[in-house]
Amino acid sequence: MCKKKNMVHPYIPNSVPEVKAKMLQEIGVKDIEELYEDIPGNLRFKGVMNLPEPLFSEYALKRHVEQLLSKNRTCREYISFLGGGCWQHYVPAVCDEINQRSEFLTAYAGEPYEDHGRFQALFEYASMMGELLDMDVVNVPTYDWGQAASTSIRMAARITGRTEILISNIISPDRFLIINNYCRDVLEINFINNDKKTGLLDLNDLQAKISSKTAGIYFENPSYFGVIEDQGKIISEIAHEHGALSIVGADPISLGVLVPPGNYGADIVCGDIQALGIHMQYGGGHAGFIATRDEERFVAEYPSRLFGITRTDVEGEYGFGDVTYDRTSFGSREQGKEFIGTATALWGITAGVYLALLGPQGIRKLGQTIMQKSQYAMKKISEIKGVKIPLHESAHFKEFAVDFNDTGKTVKEVNKALLEKGIFGGKDISTEFPELGNCALYCVTEIHTKEGINTLAQALSECLN
Amino acid sequence: MKTKVRNFHQAKWDEPVIYELSSKGEQGIIMPDVEHEIAAEVGDGISKIPENMIRKQAPNLPELSQMRVLKHYLRLSQETLGADLNVDIGQGTCTMKYSPKINEQFATSPKLTELHPSQDESTVQGILKIMYKMDIFLREISGMDKFTFQPGGGSQAILTMASIIQAYHDFNGESEKRDEIITTIFSHPSDAAAPAVKGYKIITIYPNEDGLPDLEALKEAVSERTAGLLITNPEDTGIFNPKIAEFTRIIHEAGGLCGYDQANANGILGITRSKEAGFDICFFNLHKTFSSPHGCGGPATGALGVTRELVKFMPVPLVEFDGEKYYLNYDISESIGKIRSYYGVTAAVVKAYSWVMSLGSEGLKEVSRVAVLNNNYLLKKVLELRGASAPYAKGRHRIEQVRYSWEKLTEETGVTTEDITNRMIDFGFHMWSSHHPFIVPQPMTLEPTESYSKAEIDEYIAGLKKVVEEAYENPDIVKSAPHRSVVHKIDTSSLDDPSKWAVTWRAYLKKCKK
Repeated sequence: MCKKKNMVHPYIPNSVPEVKAKMLQEIGVKDIEELYEDIPGNLRFKGVMNLPEPLFSEYALKRHVEQLLSKNRTCREYISFLGGGCWQHYVPAVCDEINQRSEFLTAYAGEPYEDHGRFQALFEYASMMGELLDMDVVNVPTYDWGQAASTSIRMAARITGRTEILISNIISPDRFLIINNYCRDVLEINFINNDKKTGLLDLNDLQAKISSKTAGIYFENPSYFGVIEDQGKIISEIAHEHGALSIVGADPISLGVLVPPGNYGADIVCGDIQALGIHMQYGGGHAGFIATRDEERFVAEYPSRLFGITRTDVEGEYGFGDVTYDRTSFGSREQGKEFIGTATALWGITAGVYLALLGPQGIRKLGQTIMQKSQYAMKKISEIKGVKIPLHESAHFKEFAVDFNDTGKTVKEVNKALLEKGIFGGKDISTEFPELGNCALYCVTEIHTKEGINTLAQALSECLN
Repeated sequence: MKTKVRNFHQAKWDEPVIYELSSKGEQGIIMPDVEHEIAAEVGDGISKIPENMIRKQAPNLPELSQMRVLKHYLRLSQETLGADLNVDIGQGTCTMKYSPKINEQFATSPKLTELHPSQDESTVQGILKIMYKMDIFLREISGMDKFTFQPGGGSQAILTMASIIQAYHDFNGESEKRDEIITTIFSHPSDAAAPAVKGYKIITIYPNEDGLPDLEALKEAVSERTAGLLITNPEDTGIFNPKIAEFTRIIHEAGGLCGYDQANANGILGITRSKEAGFDICFFNLHKTFSSPHGCGGPATGALGVTRELVKFMPVPLVEFDGEKYYLNYDISESIGKIRSYYGVTAAVVKAYSWVMSLGSEGLKEVSRVAVLNNNYLLKKVLELRGASAPYAKGRHRIEQVRYSWEKLTEETGVTTEDITNRMIDFGFHMWSSHHPFIVPQPMTLEPTESYSKAEIDEYIAGLKKVVEEAYENPDIVKSAPHRSVVHKIDTSSLDDPSKWAVTWRAYLKKCKK
């Protein structure tokens, strides 16, 4: 192949000419060309794909790709306060060890016999998530939070037979774009306001807008601005009084210290598991969960795979399999619930490993550490002249908005100055929420140190004053 | 040397469910703690939480020391048959090829894993360049004009196709009228299911006696209500539809758009393209044709490309190059919005990019030629097996896969596809039936890709041959299989019974351990 005649590529064993000849002879044709007999001439591609000269040696390839990647500056090299949908947490070594295992990395869709381990690992993931969420049913993970929220909303619409959804207006705009594309053709989407001072849901607005056509109310806790919503019970009650469902998007890493949504009336809980042992990967590490109570009317509406535990012919042996497979599009095509396909199973396994490593006390302690460090950062930043924490009256988890309006500088300018000092400042939300003016969303987790936070505060003071 | 089947036995650890391993007080990791000075300044952190939002009882997670967690999951991994361990030609349509290890090194480099998606563009020029160049590569391979990597799998790419089709008709003021999507029964189930999510009515075309989607049925199906066509080619049967350009022409004449499900394009790289067949949109699964590993079912990427006319409907952002730097373009006039968060599964893009770089233009063609060679060799050998057949297109060659039938064997022995699948496991092989519904009775779909040597393909055939012999001579051993896998015959009766099914351990304890 290529310029080197008769080169046998290491990824293509049967490119060995003698083997090829033998196989052609067995098939009874002279040339591989003959095997393409069904492709008409006018559909044959006659040009040349203009691709770079291949790098046959693994070393050359390594040099090339590493040279490209070396242009990136990472959150390990800089101090980063970016969050807003993707979060920097510590990833235990065992998480990486397990998801890099050949067996898990390269398995796909085998039977629950030879892939028993895959089924068990995902069942255990669901089991541990179920404890964290205090729910009995958790899906094999979907693409991300946006998809999980979209499906939760569509499930609510099917369960209630209604056509309107109410969404809290403090939501990641990117996530809303996903929900909007997924739901707008069959559902009417309306927003519920939040109190400008507290960032909590405006119950009056909810009362005014909810009606007998409302399938559900979707809000997030903590919210996109990191605010801990403490009216969950009332919100759920209002939803239920009107025959609607309460749907809550939650950050699972907060649930060591925060009450799980099911306890304040949520019927469907969804969110992202990226924080649970999965690297950020430039936004490539997301996976979404959906959880409900174990009621048939809920289970019947999942589009996802649900792996159940059962027994085998041998006493004492566990087996696993798909619960109500026929409800999926694999079982019933367009008659199934939404659709199912390859999504993010390996991240489900990884999040399971993470939860098993942390255990009950670990997840609790971690939540506390994040609370303390983020509160410390809020305090330090609020001490800087002209800088405000706009929703400081409310409790926050991990993230908080920072208001630069009185500094005379835009977030863009601030972040540029910080970048020069080796800091990724908080996410610029001035275009996402223009009504807030120059605000940024800061994220502080267990990986931040006192020194790192102080360095940020110092750098902010310097570039603002 | 005569090819032998292995005296195989899979690892069987009889591994308990992780909760049964829990031992109070153990822990697997210590996470970063808070500094004393911080604690002194802000207190315990928890008391700031509104009282009604403080979790009183720690979640009931298992308690295990680190090595126990590791060991448990290593055992579960051993109880999983990855492509790296078997001759993985039995999961047809899935393109179980070799995922090069060097590419894993790239994807697990901190230079990728530790990037936050909201970083300043000047700090992510490396990854943006890789994404942009991969877009250019796929344009060459497909003839399309722009790609996005946002869809997190083939099914999400199909949803994206349906979304773009709808946005196009919306733009033309025709979306009310055009409410039907046409697909075929041998296209992936999501080609029917995902557009239904967008509110489309689905019309499914069945095959004619040659196994090809019936052109007459298509002509009857199109109307002023047609929004578009979503179709694979070759379909799951591995037969290339030579009239595909006529299909796209008919749809276009009716005012619809054509979406090409190229999740699996492994037999046609550099051989035939989306553009020449008249498609407006197509997608490639980077975890199939382009070698990114399947990961037990993701993370994955359905890389989606469109013609120039449809770029304005694509999800935001697109990766662009202004001659000096790479950047994210959110200025897409009629964008459908977003399909997945951020820019897609970047690790899969890096792996696919590296794979293309290791092969080049001729190498990609060689991949397809050898995949087709392997498939037709396998076809020849399978047809020599008693009770096996390959419905449709008799005597003709196939592209990258074949949907076989064990109908005759089932009639003669009572042994079904499911039984054969379970017995093949005893020799270390996967075997996959097919997507539902089973149009081909007692189906089996095999796809040998380019990754397996002749000797390995021969070994797989020897496995099938052995099971066929058993089916005729000792059917009970097949029907009661597997015997040498991780577990024995599973009782599936509880899985459809609401009073018994258990999707979590806590549900199991409530329902089954009463």
